[in-house]
Amino acid sequence: MAASAITVENLGKRYIIGHQSRTRGSYVALRDVISDAGRNFGRRLLHPLQHAESGGLERDEFWALREVGFEIGEGERLGIIGGNGAGKSTLLKLLSRIVEPSTGRITIKGRVASLLEVGTGFHPELTGRENVYLNGAILGMARAEIRRKFDEIVAFAEVERFLDTPVKRYSSGMYVRLAFAVAAHLEPEILIVDEVLAVGDAAFQKKCLGKMEQVGREGRTVLFVSHNMSAIEQLCDRCLFIRKGRLDLDSRDVRSVINCYLFGQAQEGLTSEWKNSGAEFENPWFKPLRVFLAGAGGEPRGNPFRNDDEMWLCVEGEVTELDDRLAVAYSIFNEDNLKLYETATHDVLPGSLSRLRPGRCIVRTRIPSRFLNEGDFRISVAVFRHFKGFVCDFQDPSVPSVSLVIRGGLSDSPNWVQKRTGVIAPEFPWVVEQQSVPAA
Amino acid sequence: MDQPVLVIEAGKGERQYWRDILRYRELFYFLAWRDVLVRYKQTVIGIAWALVRPFLTMVVFTVVFGKLAKLPSEGVPYPLLTFAALLPWQFFSNALTESSGSLITNANMITKIYFPRLVIPTSAVVVSFIDFLISFVIFVGLMVWYRFIPPATVFFLPVFAFLSFGAAMGAGLWLAALTVKYRDFRYIVPFIVQFGLYVSPVGFSSSIVPGKYQLLYSLNPMVGIIDCFRWSMLGSIAFPFTSFSLAVVIVALMNVTGIIYFRKTERAFADII
Repeated sequence: MAASAITVENLGKRYIIGHQSRTRGSYVALRDVISDAGRNFGRRLLHPLQHAESGGLERDEFWALREVGFEIGEGERLGIIGGNGAGKSTLLKLLSRIVEPSTGRITIKGRVASLLEVGTGFHPELTGRENVYLNGAILGMARAEIRRKFDEIVAFAEVERFLDTPVKRYSSGMYVRLAFAVAAHLEPEILIVDEVLAVGDAAFQKKCLGKMEQVGREGRTVLFVSHNMSAIEQLCDRCLFIRKGRLDLDSRDVRSVINCYLFGQAQEGLTSEWKNSGAEFENPWFKPLRVFLAGAGGEPRGNPFRNDDEMWLCVEGEVTELDDRLAVAYSIFNEDNLKLYETATHDVLPGSLSRLRPGRCIVRTRIPSRFLNEGDFRISVAVFRHFKGFVCDFQDPSVPSVSLVIRGGLSDSPNWVQKRTGVIAPEFPWVVEQQSVPAA
Repeated sequence: MDQPVLVIEAGKGERQYWRDILRYRELFYFLAWRDVLVRYKQTVIGIAWALVRPFLTMVVFTVVFGKLAKLPSEGVPYPLLTFAALLPWQFFSNALTESSGSLITNANMITKIYFPRLVIPTSAVVVSFIDFLISFVIFVGLMVWYRFIPPATVFFLPVFAFLSFGAAMGAGLWLAALTVKYRDFRYIVPFIVQFGLYVSPVGFSSSIVPGKYQLLYSLNPMVGIIDCFRWSMLGSIAFPFTSFSLAVVIVALMNVTGIIYFRKTERAFADII
């Protein structure tokens, strides 16, 4: 294994949350300090036998990061993933020396450049040219170094024509391109990047990823935080998963770490299973007991699904009395609560449910793969007797519902790795036909 | 491999700090350059503001203190007396205002990028120092107007300019660090500046302060600095030995404690700003 570039031992970062300051921003006002001192003094005067409390502010400890340890070898490209507030950005801030750790120790070998935000230190009144120099200096480049790379930076950002325009007149795309270009031309041994690809258009994102890949290939160490899983999968050869301030997973099998993260994320709040609490929807024809999602082979499983996974919706119910007109249906809604479609058993198989026998049974249907878009969906199940009324109805707020989370697996093509705009994202066949050939 | 190894540990200041300052020395220049460039963008008379403000202040002081109050002028034209004091005073008060708010103004950079934070308030002082140098133009104009030839002691001026730089730095560091933690200082600083104008001999000569209060009065380092400016530029008074030595001691003290306090609080800037 290559020599280690970064060693992190028992790293922790603690924040004290004062209840007062929570309502007024994070800084302390002198007034509070004085009034707290006064209050404590008064309390001691009134209750001389009680121990002085540790201050009038009620204090809460919050560990943004705790007992984190890992080692990164030179030339590794490390992806860091985790939910919002998991501590990813805190980790990067600690590594780039912006904040100080509360416990532990970090050893870094080599020059670090961190890009926690695109365009930090850019001044809107200054021109593109001036900002390149300023931003370069802030990131730790020497003037001579910037001058040497100036043309390359400008070419990468594609802003040659606007170099002498104040950046406040730039489009946001140009702004971001220029800012990333400066940072990308630093030549650090270690590059730390936080979610900067969320901005800029697809073409530019691709360019950034390409640049970072190149940096990695040159034997530099890259640390990369992103919520864009396909970018992590593409770029990184190792992945850390941080959950609630702790290091949950650390593996070279990037895809498995990503799946684990997505699975955990989906479990929080979005359940893939509904259970009858006991006496709901009491009826003799079909009492829904359980609604769940299943993968290939009908095995119940949790979210998320890849879009190319086999996805099944299963409805388990209890039948006491047979009825030919019984139908089970479901509707699927996207995040905007837009109903995508509705489908029912009697659409395709008239009378097939009459083959049900009294007792427990499962009705299931396959949700089309590579048809829905990436996203979170709600599936509601209705049971009714045709023209005879509902057992449970879509309109009913307590209707049995499950969540379906689809992440990744959008296509086999490397050109389609991200969620597309549009309500659905089906994959269609394309055909190319040659009509004529030019005369040779 | 001879790459630099950096160790970050909880509760320990970094040993590389001063080396980093050296590495980031160009940032001093760039930040100052940025502020100078930005300051006068979209203004009509631009850099001339650096001349207009002290000039008008001088006119007002001359009229109020010289003509209306008829205070003694140490035997030189009153505008010269006032302006020799306005030079260091305006530098000091601008530097103090700028540097105390500088960390807050640059909060965005502080929470996103590492660099020695000392660079920011220092650059703010440097910017005011540039204005200070520009306003010397007025002094030259005044000397021509009054056909006044400065004494040879004028060559000591850089020493006192340096001393006033030190005074601005020392106070600026303290106030910059305090403002991050206690926003109250946003309101305190303008008051200090206003108050300071009255307890420093800007519009008048130190000679009008009664003898028994001279020592107390000289605890304000700007007294020594302003008197030294007058001594070297005008030759109107004898070298103010007591107030000069007091100023040197106090400025040194302010800088040492200022740097210590700044370094101590600096590590938490990104957390509390």
